[in-house]
Amino acid sequence: MAKVERKGTLSEERLRTFLREMLLIRRFEEKVEERFRAGELPGFLHVAIGQEAVAVGVCQALDDGDVFASTHRAHGHTLARGTHPNAVMAELYGKLEGCSHGYGGSMHLYDIERGNLGANAVVGGGLPAITGAALAFKLRGEPRVALAFFGDGATNIGTFHESLNLAQLWQVPAVFVCENNHWAESTPAHQQLPIEDLTKRAAAFGMHSITVDGQDVEAVYRAAGRALKHARDGKGPVFLLANTYRLVGHYVGDPQVYRDKEEFRETRETQDPIDHLRDKLGVSEAEFEELDREVHELVEASVEFAKAGTDPKPEDALKNVYA
Amino acid sequence: MAELTLVEAINDAFHVELERDPDVMVMGEDVGRAGGVFRATAGLRDRFGPDRCVDTPLAEAGILGSAVGLCMAGWRPVCEMQYDAFSYPCLDQLITHVGRYRWRTGGAMEFPLVVRMPYGGGVRAPELHDDSPEAYYVHTPGVKVAIPSTPADAKGLLAAAIRDPDPVVVLEPKLHYRTLRGEVPEGEHVVPLGEARTVREGTDVTLVAYGAMVPLAEAAADALDDEVSTEVLDIRTLKPLDEAALLAAAAKTGRVVIIQEAPRTAGYGAELAAILAEKAMLDLRAPVVRVTGYDVPYPYWQIEDAYMPSVERVVDAARRLLEF
Repeated sequence: MAKVERKGTLSEERLRTFLREMLLIRRFEEKVEERFRAGELPGFLHVAIGQEAVAVGVCQALDDGDVFASTHRAHGHTLARGTHPNAVMAELYGKLEGCSHGYGGSMHLYDIERGNLGANAVVGGGLPAITGAALAFKLRGEPRVALAFFGDGATNIGTFHESLNLAQLWQVPAVFVCENNHWAESTPAHQQLPIEDLTKRAAAFGMHSITVDGQDVEAVYRAAGRALKHARDGKGPVFLLANTYRLVGHYVGDPQVYRDKEEFRETRETQDPIDHLRDKLGVSEAEFEELDREVHELVEASVEFAKAGTDPKPEDALKNVYA
Repeated sequence: MAELTLVEAINDAFHVELERDPDVMVMGEDVGRAGGVFRATAGLRDRFGPDRCVDTPLAEAGILGSAVGLCMAGWRPVCEMQYDAFSYPCLDQLITHVGRYRWRTGGAMEFPLVVRMPYGGGVRAPELHDDSPEAYYVHTPGVKVAIPSTPADAKGLLAAAIRDPDPVVVLEPKLHYRTLRGEVPEGEHVVPLGEARTVREGTDVTLVAYGAMVPLAEAAADALDDEVSTEVLDIRTLKPLDEAALLAAAAKTGRVVIIQEAPRTAGYGAELAAILAEKAMLDLRAPVVRVTGYDVPYPYWQIEDAYMPSVERVVDAARRLLEF
């Protein structure tokens, strides 16, 4: 099946799987927002509503054995890589059954079995480790790729530049996925970036780059596949620029006073990646409702699972600081 | 036994440990072809190849951050920071990742990495080449910290750090890289982390020190020889601390002088003093005193001797305790 897909178009069945994955992330994050507003989920939460196509397109293109680092906006990447919603929701509720055993929370989701080396509360924090993991694969001669997600804001941080420089210098199998949602928290691109085309930053290191419409999951999947193949074939790292839109605030509860209301309304209406794929596939109202119901049940069940989970004891915090 | 300088002992440890374990690798600025600015990694690139002795660009956060990823894939990287203060750009990686990953993943990830660096003053170097940054590292949960004061310990503590499953920061007294020579066991030599060393036994006053301050404490003990019997304790591993040895050395004399090269406020000596205040009250005959650096940036060479703890200052502190 994979060979056929590389030559021609993705099967409708495969694209419907993508739609389901994206919808699962959407409904999961909407539920997270709802539970936060209900006062059940404390802490700081960042959702990636609008950016689901990047998470799903990239994660679907990964091979077994590949690893990735996520960001503070990590629910989508984690779910897209196959971590069960129960484990993610339980983590948000701080339960031992969570994917980080209730130690990490929303911004520190892990799933080592699935190559999820961790989300990161510090912007740009995951990039150096991805360069290192890729170096390890190269030194061992393993056909694996290490991939980092990060946003446009992270390209202003030192670790971004150190990591890309080292990766290109060492020609390691790494892919750097820039989720360019045009906002660094509340600061628009034109106030934080002196250039418009972020691939220039990769070009400065002599790194190969690919730009893709991040609202088109099929295009993301293909671009990520090309990037991963390039890296896996030993041709060096790739900078994958996915232009996308954050259709919500920086954090749950963000009043977004910094955003033009009319422009934001228009973006929400025209840039929803789930609407795009639904239209492309010609999914009927009834079919979509069926899919939505199925996904909704999964999400509801994850909340029930999380609430019934085990609370950590204070002394649990003393464990695992050292071996 | 071979007689080696402190930096030769470190180099010896590398040769032994890289031979012993193919997962151990060294990375840092100028560590390969040049063998390190202090020659600590001399000969490793030729013997073990450029994949296990990696010359990196000048990028401390990138070096330690890459080491994080290398650990995730099964390597045991040893990162050299060329000078104490050059390690500050990597503090971000150390604090936000290295010290936390094991905890955050419920023990699922191991970080058997080492960060080592020459530290401290007394070598007539400019600012940012003479810092004693141990308190930053000790204050970071999940990280262990060792500071040798002899060639044998420099070899043994580095070997222990390399073999340890946790991240270990090793600070090496650059003042004594070549000025200190000593007997060093050949082949494998490990000094377990968490064990202090009694340098000399005494009954009247206890000098507690680590790193470059240990030879100074010994010189002060020599100077006091005609007057009193002095105990000298080398802490060796700041974290985990050998608390039993500290309390025992304090109980023996009831008078404790803590010597610390770093700036005074919230330095490691304050932690030692606090432990003594909490647990040794009834053994003490006088207040615990500290002889330390000052709360200023490390001064340039014309006045650096005034900054550094001296034999005179230590002797004076000991006499004050005896007269208390």
